[in-house]
Order: sequence, then structure tokens, then C-alpha cells
Amino acid sequence: MAELIAKIPKGPLTQKWSEYKSHQNLVNPANKRKLDIIVVGTGLAGASAAASLGELGFNVKNFCYQDSPRRAHSIAAQGGINAAKNYQNDGDSIYRLFYDTIKGGDYRSREANVYRLAEVSGAIIDHCVAQGVPFARDYGGLLDNRSFGGALVSRTFYARGQTGQQLLLGAYSSLSRQIKLGSVTLYNRHEMLDLVVIDGKARGIIARDLITGKLERHFGHAVVIATGGYGNLFYLSTNAMGSNFSACWQIFKRGAMLANPCFTQIHPTCIPVHGAYQSKLTLMSESLRNDGRIWVPKNKEDAEKLRKGLIKAKDIKEPDRDYYLERRYPAYGNLVPRDVASRAAKERCDAGYGVGSTGLAVYLDLEESIGRLGKHVIEERYGNLCQMYEKIVNEDPYKNPMMIYPAVHYTMGGTWVDYELMTTIPGCYCLGEANFSDHGANRLGASALMQGLADGYFILPYTIQNYLASEIKTPRMATDRPEFAETEKSVTDRIEKLMKIGGTRSVDHFHKELGKIMWEYVGMGRNEAGLTKAIGLICALREEFWKDVRITGTPAEVNIELEKANRVADFLELGELMAMDALNRKESCGGHFREEYQTPEGECMRNDQDYMYVGVWEYAGPEKPYKLNKEPLHYEEIEVKQRIYK
Amino acid sequence: MTNHKNMKFTLKIWRQKDAKSKGKFVTYKITDISSECSFLEMLDILNEQLINKNEEPVVFDHDCREGICGMCSLYINGRPHGPDDAITTCQLHMRKFRDGDTIVIEPWRARPFPVIRDLMIDRSAFDKIIQEGGFISVNTGGAADANSILISKLPADLSMDAAACIGCGACVATCKNASAMLFVAAKVSHFALLPQGRPEAKERVRRMVAKMDELGFGNCTNTFACEVECPKLISVSNIARMNREFLCAKVG
Repeated sequence: MAELIAKIPKGPLTQKWSEYKSHQNLVNPANKRKLDIIVVGTGLAGASAAASLGELGFNVKNFCYQDSPRRAHSIAAQGGINAAKNYQNDGDSIYRLFYDTIKGGDYRSREANVYRLAEVSGAIIDHCVAQGVPFARDYGGLLDNRSFGGALVSRTFYARGQTGQQLLLGAYSSLSRQIKLGSVTLYNRHEMLDLVVIDGKARGIIARDLITGKLERHFGHAVVIATGGYGNLFYLSTNAMGSNFSACWQIFKRGAMLANPCFTQIHPTCIPVHGAYQSKLTLMSESLRNDGRIWVPKNKEDAEKLRKGLIKAKDIKEPDRDYYLERRYPAYGNLVPRDVASRAAKERCDAGYGVGSTGLAVYLDLEESIGRLGKHVIEERYGNLCQMYEKIVNEDPYKNPMMIYPAVHYTMGGTWVDYELMTTIPGCYCLGEANFSDHGANRLGASALMQGLADGYFILPYTIQNYLASEIKTPRMATDRPEFAETEKSVTDRIEKLMKIGGTRSVDHFHKELGKIMWEYVGMGRNEAGLTKAIGLICALREEFWKDVRITGTPAEVNIELEKANRVADFLELGELMAMDALNRKESCGGHFREEYQTPEGECMRNDQDYMYVGVWEYAGPEKPYKLNKEPLHYEEIEVKQRIYK
Repeated sequence: MTNHKNMKFTLKIWRQKDAKSKGKFVTYKITDISSECSFLEMLDILNEQLINKNEEPVVFDHDCREGICGMCSLYINGRPHGPDDAITTCQLHMRKFRDGDTIVIEPWRARPFPVIRDLMIDRSAFDKIIQEGGFISVNTGGAADANSILISKLPADLSMDAAACIGCGACVATCKNASAMLFVAAKVSHFALLPQGRPEAKERVRRMVAKMDELGFGNCTNTFACEVECPKLISVSNIARMNREFLCAKVG
């Protein structure tokens, strides 16, 4: 069993990060120029890391599969970014943000990492404003805030409903500046296909040029993976079509470990599924829950009529509406955390109160807020969201309540990293959604942007130096070394193997089938029988994939089918591991809801006695079972309690 | 959701093997398309059918499918992003067409955006323009407290209006001169309206405009087609602001 050393600095929680920074090793400016760092991914974590490392003087190579770094899926984040600024004088503090995040994560995240995240959150806002990010402001010219789920304060900074876009464009602008200055080289339309390990250390990657199809070898003294989460495994999710977990799966097979893969976030407010041809689900920002009230009819007969289209939402009188979140959770109301809100929606729909033609939808109603604040205020706050909704559903959300339903949105699990964000492969780091460290079993709204930028701007640029300080004598390695050749060969072999199958079914067919299995058995409600069944189904599907997938064209050209096949092949393995992890965790916590373990009121029943650990999976070799390691979680500052939002 | 109907279409799609090959229109018939299906989902269905026939699927750029990443393009029946206002192609739905319509689908046509394959184009020229000056020169770590800079609501809102650009290139595609003025003006305005952006304002506009010219984008002749087709409704008044900034930079 591998040893998991989290390298958490000694000393009191509030002092750990400053203590670390005071004593870590640094690299002098002249040596920085001699060190190459590969950063894979250009989202908030990747772009901010690449830009900041470039500013420090390192020689950075930055990769993305899209045509431009600005397309990374962080761009789609809507609602906002948290920071413990206490600009609203409503009692916020670093400690409170830390506490809310740990509690929101249902006591399954690492205390020291989360405290550091809260600690650097303020600096992110300062830096973004300096970059020219146009955050919302009030009439006095000061920054404005809104509230998000799981918090009693207003600490969320936002740029209309496009906060992710503006933050990403900020990071992209800094990155662009470094590209011009020559410290960062950009490789767009490139996809990492394997990690090169030399003498136990990460030393480079094999990447495919997606235009020519050529495989390329790239050396780096360190490799940083910032490629996002694995929500796209479900096929229907709020992720972008190209979002994938392959870089993390490749490093997993080279010695990195995967933590808590069963922790997925199902976001409560998405536009419901409407057809078999559907390719993705669209999120309606959590910020809408500031001004929107969620309800279903109180009477089943009304729900039935709504489903048949005999009556409209407006026809249901106020006393006949069930504002179930306000009813069940009076303290947090519509602003309960995402996992709680999602389960509550599922509970109502399963009980027969769902609306929409499929019965799998609830209302998110802006009517009261429009009455109280005026349509113009609501328009200013959520204009682009309402426009998106109108374009998709063909209904005006200012006039009729929106219909929403939970959908896969984010993955809290990910590559295991220590306090320095290093994986179990020396010199290989993992940032942002791709790692596991900060959100436990459930992420609070507006915290993904915070974590991506904290990792990239303020954490990795420090911690990576602690490693690189001992690499200053390592010269740049030639890429004709046998390790590069062998790794490239294994990539070539896999591509050949895929191309040779020549089956009858498209890659999308398998992806959709996998998604159905995952949503059914490894989605919002999980149980032992279902998970066991899922594992069998996934293994069978994987076998069928390797026998019957059809990839048109050749590898030596633009080949979208090949790109997808590579990613789906990895999802077909990861899906099994997710189900295994969910099966192993015999408790309910955060987004992981095991139906066998719930309170009489239907809330999560955690088992701290047996499961207060990070489930860390290790790859043991082809055809061998994955090994489970455990990193116990210790809480020094926080009293572990049942999560109550009532 | 409620008024779903099945539709059929004739598609004339631009197919081109690679940047060097000569392209041509190929006609496809497609049936049983739900009116509630998005345009790109319709192309997914077509591609699935092509793969089943062992033909190569149509290559097109797309990613977020919610109108924000700016990756999708497509010139549909003579309009960038197709027959609807203030949307990207991924937000276009088949209900905007009539049953039996012939739909012509082309890539963006502009010299600085060469075709890579079929409907996929190379827009790295936009990245190059941003690299010239589309940033504020601030390194991570040195910023003052965010509320130490006061910005009145109006310029902050106008800056946000300009910053909403998604870099899709519809403005260039629709312009008879293949001008990138709206794209460049949006970035220039985003920073010009903020106090943080003023110190480098002159240098920024000079360099970005020079790069835009160098890359072969045409000039603006005030037809305002760009504003009409912009998915994010970026106003041409930004072009006026950029011209003013440019003039001031020249004389100052």
C-alpha cells in the first residue's frame, strides 16, 4: 500500500500557510529561466498558473484542446466567486468562509487546504480588479455582492451572469501578455495523451496536434495538470462537449492516485431534459435562488394537469403551492447547498408532484421578486440567464416560472494531491476541479472559481518552487530519450488499436449508453444493488466498445471521432471506479447519497466512525483490481457535526 | 417543449478535406428532426447517420453549447449564427426554420480565418491581437485592496457591456470588408472605460490596431452589420470610442 503523505505544515491552522511560505525553498531568477514547466489546460486554474509562472520567469508551455485558451469551460461559470472580504459588514471572515466550506463539504475535505483557500480568497478579488475584471458595482463605485447557497452572508462577487467568463478572460489576458513576452508558449488544438516519467519523476508529455494528427514530445522539469473534472462521463451534463478527464486518467495509470471519485455534484437548477437527441444540459445559475422561489403544486391533481398542459403554473393559487425548500429548511430556505436542493427536487418529483411534460421538473419562480424589485432589476441581475432560458425553452421566464431539474455539474473527487498540490508522482501537480482537495463531498456555489484561481495564482507558484529548487541542476532533457520513445509508442499502439476495431457503432453511442447507466445507478440516489449492477453493465459496455466502436478517417488528420474515442475509452474505465468507490462508501455524505443510509427525514446519514477518510484509489496494473488507500481526515479546529440547514 | 413537431430539411454543407484542398457543397437530406432540437444537435444526428454509413462526419467547432465559449461558428443561410438575433449557433433551434427548408451551411469566410477542415476555421488571429495589448500589465501578487479603486456604476456597466465579447468572429464573418473593428473595439473599450486600463490606453490601442491591420482584417465602412450579428449585442459605439482613443493616441 502506498504511503499518502499530505505534507501539512505544522503549527496552528491559521499559521500553516505563512509558516510554509516562510520556510519553503525558492528558485532564484537566473535559474527560473532554465526551468521548463508544462501546464495542461487553460481554464481558470491552468491559465492563471501558466501566466503567474511566466511572470516569475519560468519557461512555460501551455496546452489546450480548443482553438483558443479563452474557450476553456471555466468560461461558462455564471453566478460568482466567493471571497472573505466582509465588504458588506455582515459578519464574514476567513474563518467563516473556511467553516462554511468544510460544513458544505459534509466534513470530507482537508482542513488545512480549505483554510488556505479561504485565506487567499481576498487576494484573488484584488488581483482580478487590478486586471480589469468588470465586477458588478453599486452606485458609490464599490464592489457589489450577492448570496450563494450554504452561507448566511453575502460574499459572492459577480459580473452579471458571466462571472466565469470575465475571470477567465482576465487570466487569458495575463496569459496573452506572457505569450507576447515569450515566457509562455501556447499549444492550442493540442491534446495531452500521456505523461512521460523518467526515474520516477514527471518529465514531460506526449501530445497530439489535433490538426495534423502528429504526436509530439514535450519535456518539462515539472508537469501541471489543470484539465477540469469528469462530469462529462454522464454524457448529459452542464460540462462542455469536449470536457474530459483523460489527462488525469493518464497520470493515474502512471502512478498518480484518484481520490473520492464517487463525489459528484448534481446541480439543482438546470433546464430539464427534453429529448433523446439532446447533447447537453444548461445550467441556470444558483444566483437565481437569491430572487427565485422554488415550488411544486401542493396537490397531485394539479401536478397531473400541469404535466398534461391542461393548466399553467399561473393558474395555481398561492395557497396551493408548496415552496418545499422554505418549508423544509426555514433557516436557509431557497439557499440550501446544492446537494440538499437537488435531493429535495428529486423527492418531490418521485412523489408525483413534478411538472413539465416528463414530470421531472420543478418551478423556479421570479414573480415575487419582479413584483418587489421591478422587472428592470431582475433583468439587470439575470438578463443573460433569462435570455438563455428563453432561447432553449421558447418561454419567457419573466412571465412564466422557469422549469428546472437537477443535472450533473461538477466533480469534487479528482486526482489526489498533497498540501503542495503535488500528486503521488514527484513533479506532477494537479489544480482546480481536476484535484480533490477542497470541496469534500459537496461544493458550495461560487467556490469553484475561487479554488481554480487560488490554486493557479496564489498556491502553485509558491509550492512548485519548493520542488524545482532541487531541480536547478537538471538540464533540459532531449526528447529522443528511450522513456519518451516508449511512452509515445504506447500512445501510437492505443490509437492503432482503436482505429483497427472497425466496428459498427459510433463513439457517441457508447458515451450515451454509459451516461444512462451512470445517471440511473451512480447519480442522485445510489444503493448497493444498483451500484453492483452498474459495475457489471459498465464492464460489458467497455468490452463491447473495444469490439464494436467505429472510428472513421485516419489518425493523420483532423479526426474528431478519434479524439472522442480516446476520451470515452477512459470514461468507460473511470465509470467503473466511480461505482466501486460509491459502493465502498457505506454512508451518505454531501452529493453521495446512499439510500440505505438516511435519516427518517431523508437527510444524509454520515458514518464518521468508519468513513472519515479520503478514499484514494491506486492503479495496480492492467487487468488488476484497483487498490484502495485511505487518508484519514483530522479536524483540529472544527467540531464535526451533522449538517443542519433548518 | 409543448409544441414539438417533426421536420425535414435539405442541407447544403461546405466540405473541405483540409486547408489546401478545394472545397465544395454537398447535399444531404435529413428527416425526423424535432423542432425543439438545437441546430448543432441536428448536425450531431446527421453525423451519426454519416458514421453509420461509414462516411466521414462533418467537422465543425463547438464546445460549451450554451452560447458563451464562442467556439461555434457557421454561416447559415447567409447569416453568421443563423436566423435569430443575439445568439450563437449552439443556441439556435430548429423551430426557427420551416419544415422542408433548404439550409446552406458554410464556414466563416474571411482571409484572416482560413478553413482548417469543412466548417472548422482558424481564429488564432484574434489571439494574436489580444497578445498585442488586450491586457493590463499587472503581475500576480502586487494588487491593492479591490475596493481602493472606486468605479462609477455607469462606466463599470459600459465596460462590462464591451467585455461580454465572446470572440466568436461573427462580426468579421458578416462584414463585407472582413473588418475586426468590433472585436478590437470591444477589448479597447473594456479597458479604456476603467481607471485600471488608462495608464496603457494609448499604447494598447496603437498596437492592437496595427496588429489587426497586419493580419489582413479590413477597415470599417460603417455598415454596422457586425452589431446586427453580434451574439452579445456589442454596440458599434465601441468602434467610435476606439477611433477616439486611436486619434488621441496619435496626437498625444
